[in-house]
Amino acid sequence: MRYQPLMPADRAQMLAVIGVDHVDDLFVDVPPVARLAGPVDLPAHASELAVERALGRMAGRNRVAGSGPFFCGAGAYRHHVPASVDHLIQRSEFLTSYTPYQPEIAQGTLQVLFEFQTQVAALLGLPVANASMYDGSTACAEAVLMAARVTRRRKTVLSGGLHPHYGATTHTLAHSAGIEVHRLAAAVDAEAAVIAAIDADTACVVVQTPNVFGSVTDVTAIAEAAHAAGALLVVVTTEAVSLGLLKSPGEMGADIAVAEGQSIGNGLNFGGPYVGLFACTEKLLRQAPGRLCGETVDAEGRRGFVLTLSTREQHIRRDKATSNICTNSGLCALAFSIHMSLLGGAGLATLARLNHARARRTRDALAAIPGVEILTPRFFNEFAVRLPRPAAEVVEALARWDVLAGVPFSRLDPAAGLDDLLLVCATETTTAEDIEALTEALSAEIAA
Amino acid sequence: MSPVNVGRPTRPLDSVDASVPAPRARGLQQEEPLIFDRGGWGKSGVDFETGGEDLSAPDLAGLERAGPVELPGLSEPEALRHYVRLSQKNHAIDLALYPLGSCTMKHNPRLGEKMARLPGFIDIHPLQPQSTVQGALEVMDTLAHWLKTLTGLPAVALSPKAGAQGELCGLLAIRGAHEARGDARSTVLVPTSAHGTNPASAAQAGYQLREIAQTADGRVDLTDLAARLGPDVAAVMVTNPNTCGLFERDVVEIARLTHEAGAYFYCDGANFNAIVGRVRPADLGVDAMHINLHKTFSTPHGGGGPGAGPVVLSAALAPYAPTPWLVHDEAGLRLEEHSRGEAAASQGRICAFHGQMGMYVRALSYMFSHGSDGLRQVAEDAVLNANYIKARLSGVMSAAFPDGPCMHEALFDDAWLEGTEVTTLDFAKAMIDEGFHPMTMYFPLVVHGAMLIEPTETESRRELDRFCDALLRLAAAVRAGDVERFRQAPVHAPLRRLDETLAARRPRLRWTAPAA
Ligand SMILES: Cc1ncc(COP(=O)(O)O)c(C=O)c1O
Repeated sequence: MRYQPLMPADRAQMLAVIGVDHVDDLFVDVPPVARLAGPVDLPAHASELAVERALGRMAGRNRVAGSGPFFCGAGAYRHHVPASVDHLIQRSEFLTSYTPYQPEIAQGTLQVLFEFQTQVAALLGLPVANASMYDGSTACAEAVLMAARVTRRRKTVLSGGLHPHYGATTHTLAHSAGIEVHRLAAAVDAEAAVIAAIDADTACVVVQTPNVFGSVTDVTAIAEAAHAAGALLVVVTTEAVSLGLLKSPGEMGADIAVAEGQSIGNGLNFGGPYVGLFACTEKLLRQAPGRLCGETVDAEGRRGFVLTLSTREQHIRRDKATSNICTNSGLCALAFSIHMSLLGGAGLATLARLNHARARRTRDALAAIPGVEILTPRFFNEFAVRLPRPAAEVVEALARWDVLAGVPFSRLDPAAGLDDLLLVCATETTTAEDIEALTEALSAEIAA
Repeated sequence: MSPVNVGRPTRPLDSVDASVPAPRARGLQQEEPLIFDRGGWGKSGVDFETGGEDLSAPDLAGLERAGPVELPGLSEPEALRHYVRLSQKNHAIDLALYPLGSCTMKHNPRLGEKMARLPGFIDIHPLQPQSTVQGALEVMDTLAHWLKTLTGLPAVALSPKAGAQGELCGLLAIRGAHEARGDARSTVLVPTSAHGTNPASAAQAGYQLREIAQTADGRVDLTDLAARLGPDVAAVMVTNPNTCGLFERDVVEIARLTHEAGAYFYCDGANFNAIVGRVRPADLGVDAMHINLHKTFSTPHGGGGPGAGPVVLSAALAPYAPTPWLVHDEAGLRLEEHSRGEAAASQGRICAFHGQMGMYVRALSYMFSHGSDGLRQVAEDAVLNANYIKARLSGVMSAAFPDGPCMHEALFDDAWLEGTEVTTLDFAKAMIDEGFHPMTMYFPLVVHGAMLIEPTETESRRELDRFCDALLRLAAAVRAGDVERFRQAPVHAPLRRLDETLAARRPRLRWTAPAA
C-alpha cells in the first residue's frame, strides 16, 4: 500500500519493543462483540490509475461550467483565477500544515492571515476582520448570534432580499439558540419593507446587497433606523467582486458585514469549500466568532504574528464561547488573499467594472426577447428576469441545448410564488458568443 | 460612519525606524515584509480582456464607491516570491513528523488534489440543473455508502462544514427526535476531557452542560454517569477513542445507560482513525457520530481548514438530518433541497448549497486508494506507532496512563518535569529546535501539563525513531539541568518566542499606515 511506510518486519520489531505478540493485543479494550474479524464489505485497495479512472468517470458525468454558455450565480460565481494562485496554495508548507498553534514555526500562515484580515477589513469597510468562517451563509448566522449577544435581544429581521439558503441556515442556527427569526417576503425591492419590521426587541436586521435578485441598495437609511431602535445592521454580500465597485457595507453604516469570498481565488467546487468573510466595528470585537490573528513581537523585539483574543473561543471558554467554530477555511482564505494581492485595489476595480459591463450587455440582449421582462433595475453582475413559463422548466430545456441559463428562483425558495423568475449572472468569463447562444436558445424555447 | 481604508503610507517606505530590530535573512530563510509595506499601490498583477466594453460609466444610481479599494497589488513574480518566502516559515507534514495529538496529521495523498481539480468537480455550479451534475451526486452517494458501511449506521448527513458543525448538526437531530415525541430535554452530559467544541456545540444547540467525571484510568466514570442521567438529559456526548488516547472500555454500558434514560449517545468521531475498518461505532451503541474527513480521510488541513464533518445517524435520528437530502428516484440521483416530502422533518439547512464537495472528492479518492483492507491497516499502524512511541519514551517521560495500550495517540503528563524548572511549554518549544512540530500541549485539560503525541500511520519506523531519539536527548538535557536551553527555545526557528500577552492586551488585527 503506497501510503503505508511500515514493512511486516518493522511491525514485528515494533510489537517486540512494545512487548506484545500481535497487533490485536493493542485493541484489547474494544469489547469483543464489536471487534470485526475481517475487512468490512467494501472494495479492496486500488492503484492510482484505477482511482483516477473511477473518479474521472464520475467527473465526466458533469457538465463543466466552462465548457459552454453559463449564466449561474445566486451565491456562487465563476471567475477566472490566475494560475499562480493554485500553484501557491499547493505548496506543502501551506497545504499540509495545521492551524498555527505554534507561532514560531507558523509565521507563513500567520502573516497571510494578518494580510487577509487587512484586505477583508478594507473591502468590507470595517476596522476588524477575522481569519475566516466556513462560508458566507454560516458567517451570516454567526453575525445574528453575535448581535443577539451584544444587544441581549432575541429577535432578528431578515430582509426578503437575503439569499434563501442564508435565511434557512440562519434560521436553523439562530432558532436553536432561542432567537426568533422573522423572514420578510421575497421581492426584488424587498429592502423597502425592512424598516417597518424593526422594533424595540430587534437585535439586528440582515440586509443583502447586491440582493439575491441582484438589486443594489443603499442601506444607509436602514442603518439609521436600526440604530435608532438600538438594533445592529448586518450587511451580507454573496459576490465579493462587487465590493470593488460598490460602496462598502461599513461606509453605509453596517455594524457587522459578512460576505462569501469564493469569488476571489476559489473555484465553484459544486458549492464548497468556500470562505466566509466576517468584519465588525471595534466596539464589537470581543463578541466576534472565530480566530483572530494579531501583531506582536518576539523575544528579540522582531515583528511577528500570533492567534489572539482566544478567550472568546471554544478551546478556552467551552460552552461560553462566542462560537463552536474550530477548523475554518484557512486554505481558501489563502487563495482569496493571493488573488486579492495579485489584483490589488486597482485590478479589483477593473474586474468589477468588467463584470458589470458584461452583465448589462447580457441584460440588453435578453430585454430584446419578446416575453422576457427584466425585473432588476440596478444591479452589479446579476439580475432577475420574468419568463412567460416556469423558469425551472425553461432552464432544464436550455440545458439540453447545452446552455446553462441561470438559476430558477423556485429552486431556492419554492414557496415564494416566483416560479417564473430566473436569476441570470454574467462575469468577466462571459463572452459575446455565450450571450448570443443564450439569447438564441431562450428565444426559441419561449416561442416554442 | 467614515469608510475604513487601509490608507497609503504617509512616511517614505525607505525611512528606517531605528527602534525596530533589522530584519534578518539566514541562509535560505528570507525576510519578507507585509504586502502593505512593499508599496505596489495602484499596481495589478492581472491583465483583463476588456475589448469592446465601456468600463467608465457604471449604472449604479450613485452607489459606486469613490475610488478603488485602497489595497496594494503584486505582479506575478513578486507574488511568487512573497508567498514562497512566507511558506518557508511554516512547519508542514511534508517536512517532518507533525505529532499534534487529536489532529491526525497524516500524509495527504496528492492524488486527492489532482482529482479534486478535475474540471468536472472544481468547475461545476451548485445550482446547475441536477441532470447536469449526476456525477457529483454519484460522488456524494458513494461517499455516503462508504461512511455508512464503515460505521454501521444507516444514514449520513454530508453537509456539515467541519467537525464542530457535525456536532451541532447531530445534536439538532437529537433535539428534533425528542421534540417530535413532545419530550423536550434540556441537558447534555460531556466528560471534562472533551474537546472544547463539544460543550460549545451543545450550548449552540440550546442545551445546558453537565460534566461527567473521569476515572483514575482515564475513562468515563460509570457511577457518575448513572447518577447524572435523568429525564432532562437529551444526550451523552463522548469521544471514543477519547482525548486521552484511550478506548472507552465500557462504551457498550455507556450506551445502554444512556438509552435506558431515554437519551441519545453522541460520539465525537474525531479519533475514528484509531478504529476505522476494525470497529463499527454502530456495534458500540452509537446513535450519531461526526467524522472529520480532514483527519481520518486525510483531506489536507491547509493551515486551518477547510475540513468536512459528515455525521452518521441512527434510523431514529435520520428523519431530522439537515437538507439537502440525496435521494434515488426514477431519473437517477436527486437532491431534495427543502424540508418537504421525505425531508419534511429535517432540521433545515446548516449551510448554503450541499457541503464541502472538494473535500468529498479527496476523501473518496483516499478511501478508494486504501480499500477495506488498507483502511483496517491504517487503524492498526496508527495504533502501533503510538504504542511504539509510548514504549520508547515511557522510561524517561511519564505516561499519563501507563497501564495497558493506548490507541492512536500517547499521552504524557508533566510529573517527570517536576523539580526541573522546565515546563511542558518549554519542552515543546525545544522540540522546534530539533526540527519537529511540538505535540498538542495542555490538552486534554484533565491531565496536568498534558503532552499528547499522535504520530499517525504514515510515519516510517525511521522517522519514529528519529523523533523518539530527539525527545530522549531533550529529556537527558532536562535531567542534566540545562534549563536555559529550554527557557530560550526556540532559537533556530524563524522567530523567537512571541509575546502573546502583548498581542491580546493591545490588539493590532490589521495593518494601518504608519504615521507621518
Ligand atoms: C476531539 C475533537 N473533537 C472535535 C474537533 C473539532 O473538529 P473541527 O476542527 O473539524 O471543527 C476536534 C478537532 O479539532 C477534535 O480533536
